[in-house]
Amino acid sequence: MTTPTIVLVGHGMVGQRFLEALADRGVTERARIVVLCEEPRPAYDRVQLTSYFSGKTPDDLSMVEDGFMERHGIELYTDEPVVAIDRAARTVTARSGRTVAYDHLVLATGSYPFVPPVPGKDATGCFVYRTIEDLLAIEEYAKTATTGAVVGGGLLGLEAAGALKGLGLDTHIVEFAPRLMPVQVDEGGGAALLRTIEQMGLTVHTGTGTQEVVTADGSVTGMRLSDGSELAVDMVVFSAGVRPRDQLARECGLDVGERGGIAVDAHCRTSDPAVFAIGECALAADGRVYGLVAPGYEMAQTVAGVLAEEEPGDGFTGADLSTKLKLLGVDVASFGDAHGTTEGCLDVVYADSRAGVYKKLVVDGEGRLLGGVLVGDAESYGLLRPLTGTRPPVSPEQLVLPAGAGAPVALGPSALPDDAVICSCHNVTKHAITQCASLPEVKKCTKAGTGCGSCVKVIEKLLPKAADQGLCGCFSYSRSELYEIARTLRVTSFAALLDSHGRDGAKGGEGCEVCKPTVGSILASLAPAIGLDGYILDGEQAALQDTNDHHLANLQRNGSYSVVPRIPGGEITPEKLIVIGEVARDYGLYTKITGGQRIDLFGARVDQLPAIWTRLVDAGFESGHAYGKALRTVKSCVGQTWCRYGVQDSVKMAIQLELRYRGLRAPHKLKSAVSGCARECAEAQSKDFGVIATANGWNLYVGGNGGATPRHADLLAQDLSDAELIRLIDRFLMFYIRTADRLERTSVWLERLEGGLDHLRDVIVKDSLGLCDELEGLMAAHVADYQDEWARTLDDPERLRRFVSFVNAPETPDPTVRFVPERDQIKPDLTILTIGTLEGASR
Amino acid sequence: MTTATLELSPAPDSWMAVCEEARLTPGRGLAALLPDGRQAAVFRDRAGRAYAIDNRDPFTGAQVLSRGLIGTADGRPFVASPLLKQRFDLETGRCLDDDEVTVAVYPVRLT
Repeated sequence: MTTPTIVLVGHGMVGQRFLEALADRGVTERARIVVLCEEPRPAYDRVQLTSYFSGKTPDDLSMVEDGFMERHGIELYTDEPVVAIDRAARTVTARSGRTVAYDHLVLATGSYPFVPPVPGKDATGCFVYRTIEDLLAIEEYAKTATTGAVVGGGLLGLEAAGALKGLGLDTHIVEFAPRLMPVQVDEGGGAALLRTIEQMGLTVHTGTGTQEVVTADGSVTGMRLSDGSELAVDMVVFSAGVRPRDQLARECGLDVGERGGIAVDAHCRTSDPAVFAIGECALAADGRVYGLVAPGYEMAQTVAGVLAEEEPGDGFTGADLSTKLKLLGVDVASFGDAHGTTEGCLDVVYADSRAGVYKKLVVDGEGRLLGGVLVGDAESYGLLRPLTGTRPPVSPEQLVLPAGAGAPVALGPSALPDDAVICSCHNVTKHAITQCASLPEVKKCTKAGTGCGSCVKVIEKLLPKAADQGLCGCFSYSRSELYEIARTLRVTSFAALLDSHGRDGAKGGEGCEVCKPTVGSILASLAPAIGLDGYILDGEQAALQDTNDHHLANLQRNGSYSVVPRIPGGEITPEKLIVIGEVARDYGLYTKITGGQRIDLFGARVDQLPAIWTRLVDAGFESGHAYGKALRTVKSCVGQTWCRYGVQDSVKMAIQLELRYRGLRAPHKLKSAVSGCARECAEAQSKDFGVIATANGWNLYVGGNGGATPRHADLLAQDLSDAELIRLIDRFLMFYIRTADRLERTSVWLERLEGGLDHLRDVIVKDSLGLCDELEGLMAAHVADYQDEWARTLDDPERLRRFVSFVNAPETPDPTVRFVPERDQIKPDLTILTIGTLEGASR
Repeated sequence: MTTATLELSPAPDSWMAVCEEARLTPGRGLAALLPDGRQAAVFRDRAGRAYAIDNRDPFTGAQVLSRGLIGTADGRPFVASPLLKQRFDLETGRCLDDDEVTVAVYPVRLT
């Protein structure tokens, strides 16, 4: 028997899913598989297409695991659309003339965007929104455009509108129906959506159609609407629905539906038993064309099962149309009988138009949940959808009320029955998920969570609590939890915290080198708010600090310390420079300019630190906190004052920021910079918080990092005034301090933060958690409370007693801290330490 | 108020005074110079117990163990080197992160 050939036409999400399903069943080993696809790239995640505009690359969107085709011996030809099918000869012919004979042919050609037949629809400046290539073209054209319109206010239309807005265009949405997203949401949901979207600055025209695209010299200049109005626009994106691509099937005489779609039976077989059709091109046995990916996946599985000669099941007879989406940052979900078409059904509605939240549940007379619509807050979607068809364990009104209102809802994923479908994209039940130990395992074994991703939160709640998240062997709480405990209970001592909240075996003990500095930092960050002195070296706090904080200097490899005075913004007078030079000369210190625009003085013995700092403080210097997990520097370029390109005074702003946040203890060090123009000479985008001047004010970037794992900072807000800038940084820093893990830089924190930059923006720009007043209050207390640590230390003889080499010989310097010459300065004499090693070995 | 004096035995049958007990912040250490030029790191814990080990960090050669943070692991007291964070048992001198390495331990008493 010769090896059969399976030809797949089209390599979209459903096509790739089909290939994976074949591979899972071992069909790839028994058959030759040939894939012919029109697009120039292998399958990618079309559902997430819009994320291209938020920084995802086409590679990021790929659905094909590296080496998948090779491993399974699949022949994939991209940029090679099939142009003809000869069913009698059982061959397909592609554009290049390539002809492939098949035993089984699978059509997964997807759909094409519907463009209404209006005059001007083909003008330069008209686009559709379907492929990565479409997006690249839109992006390019938008560079010369200022206004755009999207035809279609459905799901894709809103995504397209968001994209245009993100590209800086004044954006109009034209929807023929009386509300946005007419298929998914009802009137109330549409109203909530409309309000939120208008608040974002988009202009929405509902209940009106497009009559004509107005052009001049073949390019778009405007639109005429059916209500007679006219819009001046530079580009138009058609997103008015899709139609199945059934042209090939028509041409070769396969049955197609009256309104399009390749007619198939429950096993996705067309009128020719050797030909199958799956996904959006197919007219399913229930007479519908499904434009969602989940039903397409189910069809892919069905056909793979047929080709693997599995026992035939029911096949594909229809699918759940539930969806949850985030459109323009707004959650929208609908599930089950969202429009309440079941006879005798009743609504339970919660609406808060101020917050743009609308929730409706549809129930029957016995309280069974039939479906619902959620706009603005779809958090509960993951729970509600699997409950559809059941009588939920709590009343419907409790299910729609926001958390915190009314009685607490004791409904968690644990309340779901075992056969509840958690992932509707891949039809995975709660039972299957609970067989796995971790989210990666769930994704690998069941594929749950790898489709639209909306179920991931519920999956996480179903899994056993991930390995101990505790800070260390002494605490089972994380750093952010300890922060909350200290803040709310006003715990002011490590011992009290350990004895009340430590692990059982650790209570009453010493703690360890991990939790002591962490709690020390938390207490220092919170000091003014919990009634503690901000000075970190008195009483118990002294015992918590890492050695660098304990000596207010940086320990070097031979036991000596380095000293870094603060030079705000990198601006320094000649007099102060001379003082630094004199101190370095008098104490024989090695000097080096740092990356943060200041000067590091190396080679001080612990007993020399007070004398060195006495001279520095007398000259007006303060601690630079180079030793602390705290604000280091705010670098700056020279800015508008001197630079011919500068648009703002970056030095002045950098000094203002450095003085405001100096001494602020954080989970890790904090770096910042201010650039006076877009040339970015201060490298602000590599900082925890970076500021770049614009003609109108300041742009604020957050979460940048240099070092071993560089990360470009994300733009948080634009064109801020001085006051707005400072207020946002106040909130940002305090929110970071509150929620980050130990030694977690802002870059890692932001990557980990659930919801990422959008969530951060919600919390600190839109104040979605109502926290901003408190965050600002904490920062105000820090600013008011700040005192220079070195000045305070020098003021108190008791505090100076720690700065001795030997407690029993205060006048004797440590003889092992010695130096040898190097390039006209000093370096540590390491031989003396090695000699020590030999002596130590002989003892 | 008088406080006890912390004494250390640098060699068998010999004791030397290091400092008043109150000089030591509970949870922290200080360095002491021994008569033969060696250095000791003395510590006091929350419960008031005192410890002394050699001050020299065997991994770097620097005399810095007195500047490390002390803690409890599995009920045993330790100090973590401030340089590369290896931990040493304060009662046995044994390094908890490298079986091959031990530092000297000195008897201490409060008088």
